[in-house]
Amino acid sequence: MVRKHLITRLRNLTRPASHLHSHCPNFLQTRRHFSDAPPPPASALPPPPPASNVHSKSSLNQTELNKFASIADTWWDAEGPFKPLHVMNPTRLAFIRSTLCRHFRKDPHCTRPFEGLKFVDVGCGGGILSEPLARMGATVTGIDAVEKNIKIAHLHAELDPITSSIDYCCTTAEKLVEEQRKFDAVIALEVIEHVAEPAEFCKSLSALTDSGGAILISTINRSMRAYATAIIMAEYVLHWLPKGTHEWSSFLTPEELVLILQRSSVSVQEMAGFVYNPLTGRWSLSDDIGVNFIAYGTKNNE
Amino acid sequence: MHPNWHIGLYVLVQGSSYPVQTVINLIFLLLSAHADMELAHKHGYHNDVPMHDIAIVGGGMVGMALACSLASMPLTKQLNVAIIDSNPALLNENSIKKEDPPDPRVSTVTPATIALFKDVGAWKYVEKHRHAYFDKMQVWDYTGLGYTRYNARDINKEVLGCVVENKVLHRSLLSCIQNAAFQQKIYSCRLSSMTLQPSSSSSPRGSSAKLELSDGNSLYAKLVVGADGSKSRVKELAGISTTGWKYSQNAIICTVEHMEESRCAWQRFLPNGPIALLPIGDRFSNIVWTMNPEESSDRKSMSEVDFLKEVNRALDNGYGPHPKSQLFGGSAAFSWLTIDKSLSANDCFEIPPKVTKLASDRMVFPLSLKHANSYALKRTVLIGDAAHTVHPLAGQGVNMGFGDAFCLAKVIAEGVAVGSDIGEVSLLRRYESERKPANMTMMAILDGFQKAYSVDFGPLNVLRAAAFQGAQYISPLKRTIISYASGEQRFPLFS
Ligand SMILES: Cc1cc2nc3c(=O)[nH]c(=O)nc-3n(C[C@H](O)[C@H](O)[C@H](O)COP(=O)(O)OP(=O)(O)OC[C@H]3O[C@@H](n4cnc5c(N)ncnc54)[C@H](O)[C@@H]3O)c2cc1C
Ligand SMILES: C[S@@+](CC[C@H](N)C(=O)[O-])C[C@H]1O[C@@H](n2cnc3c(N)ncnc32)[C@H](O)[C@@H]1O
Repeated sequence: MVRKHLITRLRNLTRPASHLHSHCPNFLQTRRHFSDAPPPPASALPPPPPASNVHSKSSLNQTELNKFASIADTWWDAEGPFKPLHVMNPTRLAFIRSTLCRHFRKDPHCTRPFEGLKFVDVGCGGGILSEPLARMGATVTGIDAVEKNIKIAHLHAELDPITSSIDYCCTTAEKLVEEQRKFDAVIALEVIEHVAEPAEFCKSLSALTDSGGAILISTINRSMRAYATAIIMAEYVLHWLPKGTHEWSSFLTPEELVLILQRSSVSVQEMAGFVYNPLTGRWSLSDDIGVNFIAYGTKNNE
Repeated sequence: MHPNWHIGLYVLVQGSSYPVQTVINLIFLLLSAHADMELAHKHGYHNDVPMHDIAIVGGGMVGMALACSLASMPLTKQLNVAIIDSNPALLNENSIKKEDPPDPRVSTVTPATIALFKDVGAWKYVEKHRHAYFDKMQVWDYTGLGYTRYNARDINKEVLGCVVENKVLHRSLLSCIQNAAFQQKIYSCRLSSMTLQPSSSSSPRGSSAKLELSDGNSLYAKLVVGADGSKSRVKELAGISTTGWKYSQNAIICTVEHMEESRCAWQRFLPNGPIALLPIGDRFSNIVWTMNPEESSDRKSMSEVDFLKEVNRALDNGYGPHPKSQLFGGSAAFSWLTIDKSLSANDCFEIPPKVTKLASDRMVFPLSLKHANSYALKRTVLIGDAAHTVHPLAGQGVNMGFGDAFCLAKVIAEGVAVGSDIGEVSLLRRYESERKPANMTMMAILDGFQKAYSVDFGPLNVLRAAAFQGAQYISPLKRTIISYASGEQRFPLFS
């Protein structure tokens, strides 16, 4: 926790680069040294220390976070463990684009329809979603509970002048609520199944949403079919992973998600499923929400 | 079925040595912004090196078609595009005079290409210059055993294609871009080298390729498009290999004048290769004549009178008799063919117009077939002749290139719509997977034609003739062939 605050504070401090130069000459040397060396391998970095000071309302599920920390270096490897996210990206972004262009009455034919809108990408990981959102014009804040993800996301975003404006921060949704931050759109894709208290998490997402704002959540269904396709295939047929590594019970059905969002004053307006075509290797949107699905909701006026 | 992606994430943690690495990474993170400036000096980057979204290397017909297509779509017209080509035609505005005899470099554009040109708003410029539609096509064989005639109405079309000078197509695309509000910059020089992954891992240009130009300048681009023809420098620099071969054949091309105007494209297969007569408007036609290299050097240097005599012989009754209509019609040997006479009843064999004058120089070029093994890498993509070179037999070369250009523009637009990095290989592969099968099918057909007609062997001639007769009489097959040749259908062989 202390370290996270430190990063944020130091980052703010270091914004004018010359200021930093005069104060921390030895830091600079280290940086130069590493700019010539390849990035360190994933295994060199163990998980962050257990968060001992987690209070009851925290969304953090340490076991889940450890899993992400262990493979953080592979976020941008399109063929690595996050391949499914990379492949799914255009499809879910198409859904986001179409719902949010309608929601905010923006021209869908425009290159940067989200210009002037503030989005937060909760559980941004390496920034796979944050970067396209920034290219579509949004002012993006990306947050993740895993420090290493934020670091990877930041380094990657720096490669492109357009994405380098993304504000990445290692924090949680509930912390942002405490800081009374508000956004036009709050987006949490493939995160809710990893958090400790989904209902509380949704309350935080709702609290972060400005009145008139939008919320987008995607996750995996707790259905028999999702179980069959996802788990049996991967664990037993393809032998990709050690058996029994799924936390099945933490998945939500679409009905449950709608319900807990309702309790957080969010009305789900639209839902779509993702279906995978093994022939083309592409995902497409469909009415079938049996396996993977995404929901778009609006914040009710209180 | 595909397993759900979550599976990939549930790898158990096996790590150690935490603190040191983390502190280093933290420092790394904090200082990256500043150190980038330091690096910029070290690597000689300057802020005045221009940064583009797309660099199109090669402003030939295909490169310009891409630019035009990008300029025509709302999602891509805001992209900042560089066009790199030393060809002066991209800069000077000297107009094309309608009175001049047509240039021998012409293309037969298919209805599909015409439709694409109309979509992007370039066809109206073509219509201001010389262009010649044709609605009939006659293909026959020197043995006199077979012929076939295609008619636009067989596929419910007005025309089968249009013959246009390359310079007219090029200029029309250029005019179209100039009249669109499009941010293009033309660099009048050649590409000399390129670095796809500039050294610094976290420079603000880290996600761009760096291009070095022949005039010593350089620029950055997120996507480099190789539209630089069959000897593509981009292909070479990207290390993309090709598969291909040379035919030991050359083609002579030239413009000729004949007695009367025609709206028919003619092609006759001779022992050493086909001769084609393509109407280009007024009483002009373009000749593409394939032959062996010795013949081509003879025919290039012989007098005009002798050359015209050879041309007329080749198009009329030299080498063998005119085919008789319906030689095989209804014959027992082919009774298994479904015969649809109504379709072709009026399509009698005709003799092409007599050529009276040579209206241009004779140009000779060797035939070859070349195909890039990959069209797309990270930040690099090939289109047009850079990706595939075919002989001009069916005039398909540039049509395939236009198909590439418009497809790539569409894929880029799809990428922009969802905020993708347009140099991302997963996006560019979508272009490849759409175009590669289409181009390879076309190349296989052209190569097959080439092989079938470069052998003069009795039994083969008969088979060939039978195939012609078949094409003449079996309407569904005939429709497929025409619609494929006119760019309508993608997989004639598998459908
Ligand atoms: C003599 C001849 C006759 C043909 N006849 C026909 C026909 O009848 N019908 C038909 O369909 N097709 C025909 N073709 C094929 C057709 O011309 C090509 O398919 C078509 O021109 C391909 O267009 P392109 O833009 O891909 O390449 P090109 O037309 O070759 O254009 C490449 C461009 O790239 C530029 N360039 C090259 N290297 C560099 C570099 N390093 N840096 C910057 N710029 C560079 C060149 O200046 C040129 O402008 C013929 C080809 C030839 C050679
Ligand atoms: C499957 S990834 C999804 C990443 C990204 N949203 C995407 O879809 O590309 C889940 C991410 O959520 C983060 N995460 C899990 N629990 C979290 C929490 N309680 N608060 C913030 N981030 C969390 C993990 O660290 C991980 O990066």
